[in-house]
Amino acid sequence: MKILVCISHVPDTTSKINFTNADTEFDTNGVQYVINPNDEFGLTRAIWFQEQQGATVTVVNVGGPETEPTLRKALAIGANDAIRINATPTDGFFVAKQLAEVIKSGAYDLVIAGKESLDYNGGMVPGMIAGILGYNFLNSCIDITVDGTNIKAVREIDGGKETISTSLPLIIGGQKGIVEEKDLRIPNMRGIMTARTKSLNVVEPIAVAINTKAVKFEKPAPKSAIKMISPDNLDELINLLHNEAKVI
Amino acid sequence: MSILIYAESAEGKFKKVAFEIASYAKKVAKSLGTTVTALTINTENVSELAKYGVDKVLKVNNDKLAGFNAKAYADVIKQAAQQENTKLVILSSSTDSIYLSSLVAVNLEAGFASNVVGLPVSTTPFQVKRNAFSNKAFNITEINTDVKVIGLAKNSYGIFENTSTLTEEAFNPSIGDNDFGIKVESVEKTSEKVSIADADIVVSGGRGLKGPENWNLIEDLAAVLGAATACSKPVSDLGWRPHGEHVGQTGKPVATNLYIAIGISGAIQHIAGINASKVKVVINTDPEAPFFKVADYGIVGDAFDVVPRLIEKLKAFKAQNA
Repeated sequence: MKILVCISHVPDTTSKINFTNADTEFDTNGVQYVINPNDEFGLTRAIWFQEQQGATVTVVNVGGPETEPTLRKALAIGANDAIRINATPTDGFFVAKQLAEVIKSGAYDLVIAGKESLDYNGGMVPGMIAGILGYNFLNSCIDITVDGTNIKAVREIDGGKETISTSLPLIIGGQKGIVEEKDLRIPNMRGIMTARTKSLNVVEPIAVAINTKAVKFEKPAPKSAIKMISPDNLDELINLLHNEAKVI
Repeated sequence: MSILIYAESAEGKFKKVAFEIASYAKKVAKSLGTTVTALTINTENVSELAKYGVDKVLKVNNDKLAGFNAKAYADVIKQAAQQENTKLVILSSSTDSIYLSSLVAVNLEAGFASNVVGLPVSTTPFQVKRNAFSNKAFNITEINTDVKVIGLAKNSYGIFENTSTLTEEAFNPSIGDNDFGIKVESVEKTSEKVSIADADIVVSGGRGLKGPENWNLIEDLAAVLGAATACSKPVSDLGWRPHGEHVGQTGKPVATNLYIAIGISGAIQHIAGINASKVKVVINTDPEAPFFKVADYGIVGDAFDVVPRLIEKLKAFKAQNA
């Protein structure tokens, strides 16, 4: 089984978010980048398939040379090789088209992407890849097992979960649950050393129409100060929630 | 040219998000000088949509579509959009609609903006404001395609009555067998009475509750308020609560009217996940807990002392205001 894990290179979850160039660009100054958490859960599951079922795991990212440390980290965690599509990811459709091209030419059986990246929160790339290629697609995937080309998987739904069956080739939008937090791996020294010599193949992007573009960013308005209420005056809290906030 | 919405239902009843996107679509339709068409799938009684401004309903009744199937549903939405010559499709941010919306966008060769908050900033060029960076910022996105798809963020616009005269029309899309590559074998609903996705109020507990055996505090408070229950990441990582209840950046997002955090310090990732909620209340023993910086109302106090008294007072309040 050939697995492709799509990796977004995103600001660490504790990053302060600021913008530059008249609020048209994200300010990368002082920002640490990580593997998008939803992608890391999927990568960890892919490594499990590699170790238990002999799968090969390729990681791919759409981005400039500055994203290579994130791909090297994925290699250090255990991916076999990496591909970097050398382009600035302008919107979800652009990224999906680039990835679909790689998936087609590499004949991958299982494609794992995070259901959402924590920077632009588009949540559209895995579905768009499936739409472009006509492959089976499962979003919000919280468990997956593979037997030959048969798949059993679980999808989180509003207020519960559903068990599904399908077959390869398959695209999934993964999230926490596909593995648990405790299953995530921190690269060890041996992994980091071998990652240096693993193949990281840089490919040029294909031309794609610009469907959408981010024209500007805004920060939320500063919020008004908190109202503190004495624990001995809970009537006041109920009064405020009822008459001021009007939420009860 | 009408705006098309997909009005979701469950067990024959419209979901709240259906009324929210109807209200939103009506307002956008007015500014564009057009009308709102709703697509419904296996919903018997659709008259309620008139209350929120829907002008026309395309009713699909088809046993093949009895259970949700993203690819088949996306295909039906595409055919409806084409029949109506729709230039703008508006979808909700329910788990199912998020699942199908990117397929709809590809089907229609449409530019797609998800997580949209508020009315379009401009209609020519078409620009919308959307949540980005996990609620830490907004981003204005311009859609350049002829047909456009937008996904409205949950509870970001509200539900507004705007009665219209509704015409109903049966719609019979062609549904191919190759739409059914994903088969649902079984569905398991959690026992919680209100799901986090549908709740107006969410009561959430953190490590401050000291152990799973104390969760009756959270559940009792939620019961009085008709709220859903949730928890912080450490609580789900410790196995005190199922991870379906974990809210935050890597858990479920919460965009509710009232979010009550009990014994949760407010790590930046937790706040990112719940910040779209309108009113936030924090109860914590530590006055330095970061949650106090982002909440609207705060109580420095011990949950084991405050919450039982709050439950009693709320019961009395509810009895008076019933």
